[in-house]
Amino acid sequence: MVSAATTGDTAVVFIEIGLILFVLGLLARLSDRIGLSPIPAYLIVGLAFGSGGFIGPNLSTEFLDVAGEIGVVLLLFTLGLEYTPKELSKGLRTNAVTGLIDLVVNAAPGVLLALFLGWSIPTAVLLGGVTYISSSGVVAKVLRDLKRLGNRETPVILSVLVIEDLIMALYLPIVAVMIAGSDLRSGALAVAIALAIAGLLLLIAVRFGHRISRVMNTRSDESLLLGVVGLTLGIAGVAQELNVSAAVGAFLVGISISGPVQERASSLIEPLRDLFAAIFFVLFAFRIDPESMSPVLLPAIALATVGIASKMLTGWWAGRRHGFATRARIRAGTALIARGEFSIVIAGLAVGTTIDQRLLPLTATYVLLLAVAGPVLTRFADSFANAISSDR
Amino acid sequence: MADIQETHLPGIGIRFDFLTSDGTRVGVLVHKTGRRELLVYRQDDPDECAISIELESDEARTLAEMLGASRIIEQLDNLRQEVEGLSIDWITIDESAEWANRTLGEAEVHTRTGVSIVAIITANGSIAAPGANELLQPGTKVVAVGSDEGIETLTAHLRVN
Repeated sequence: MVSAATTGDTAVVFIEIGLILFVLGLLARLSDRIGLSPIPAYLIVGLAFGSGGFIGPNLSTEFLDVAGEIGVVLLLFTLGLEYTPKELSKGLRTNAVTGLIDLVVNAAPGVLLALFLGWSIPTAVLLGGVTYISSSGVVAKVLRDLKRLGNRETPVILSVLVIEDLIMALYLPIVAVMIAGSDLRSGALAVAIALAIAGLLLLIAVRFGHRISRVMNTRSDESLLLGVVGLTLGIAGVAQELNVSAAVGAFLVGISISGPVQERASSLIEPLRDLFAAIFFVLFAFRIDPESMSPVLLPAIALATVGIASKMLTGWWAGRRHGFATRARIRAGTALIARGEFSIVIAGLAVGTTIDQRLLPLTATYVLLLAVAGPVLTRFADSFANAISSDR
Repeated sequence: MADIQETHLPGIGIRFDFLTSDGTRVGVLVHKTGRRELLVYRQDDPDECAISIELESDEARTLAEMLGASRIIEQLDNLRQEVEGLSIDWITIDESAEWANRTLGEAEVHTRTGVSIVAIITANGSIAAPGANELLQPGTKVVAVGSDEGIETLTAHLRVN
């Protein structure tokens, strides 16, 4: 039995969600047309509809909260799905030094700025993660659109992304514990336990991945979809319960699935991920008062400028190690600039905690700038290179 | 033939490439999805692709067949050149030829011509290394290996000029 009041509420919720998704659809189409990631558009919609925005309805976000969390889980799951355990270990072995340089030069600006602004250490660690991690979704899409997948610098760019994703699997459990705000000694213990569990799960994923894949392999698409999403959410929940963070659990499930199931699972789950992840991005921006963005605008622009330079440095270094010419080094650097979904996932961890909430508008502005600047700069990398070489 | 370089692209697939003798690097990117990309690199910037053509799996197969066909002919040509004095020929048996409707044993092909019939190709498929009881049926094709003169003799017995 559904009471009249509930049906009325349901109708309003449907209309609101429908309206938002429809607008997102239009903007995603526009972004695609001009060769940009839809993430900036999603953020702008969230800012416009959200608290203090132009419309500001009292939208019940309980359902949307869960949907957004599912979006994060599916984002990390499909990320893990892209890689096989072999690719991960190979990437780590061949490009470990580049990965380390990438981590240091790109996380440092975030950490230092947070400390300079007098924010807490956990906030600084979060901001370091935000500035560190490139958006593998945006980067892969840009390289594909620009037909650069065959280029010599592409494997190097991709292996930098692989290492970033692996580091994130270690980073998320650590921040999860830091945000919980325990004191130093029990905190260290909790971090150690969380890392041990993450390591154990990784080992299971690598060792028994093919078996898990075989069990999941059914002919029915429906059964595969439900089974894989069920397994992912289940493991994510268990990981969350063990303080390893749901996202890492989902990432490891993605890694464990390989072989013929992998392709089918990714084509089945990607549409679902796009839907839920869009809700997550909108919801993230939803909580941000657009007026809170103006005080962090200058720091965000400074951080974005440094963020461009630091990724260029990473690309330059990686290219030099592999003996690339100037043009390829610049292409590698510009390709890595884009920040996107994972920066927002990291900042999203701060929602509703004791972390300085100014982190949210700062991250939103930062991602807005770099999710647009990254693809644009990548497109014009060769003109850059020409300008530099003609100066000589 | 230059070495084929193999590069793994995590999350995307595998790339194979090699340097042609005219100095162009050519490659194929095999996506995990089975899609292929044909790559031709720039000569002035060997790090960058000048051309990248996406091929669906059936298009890739078509292209491979078009390229592969000439390679098989080339290989047969090479085979003829490599083995000095040895010829391979395909001979269709005529209706009223001298040896038509005889078995290989009855015709004493090897004894009389010194040529080996290594296969008989019929409409229903081929018989490799045919025995003495195989029939030289009109309309089928024999694959013969031997000296030039031997093959000429055999041709004279299987065809009517």
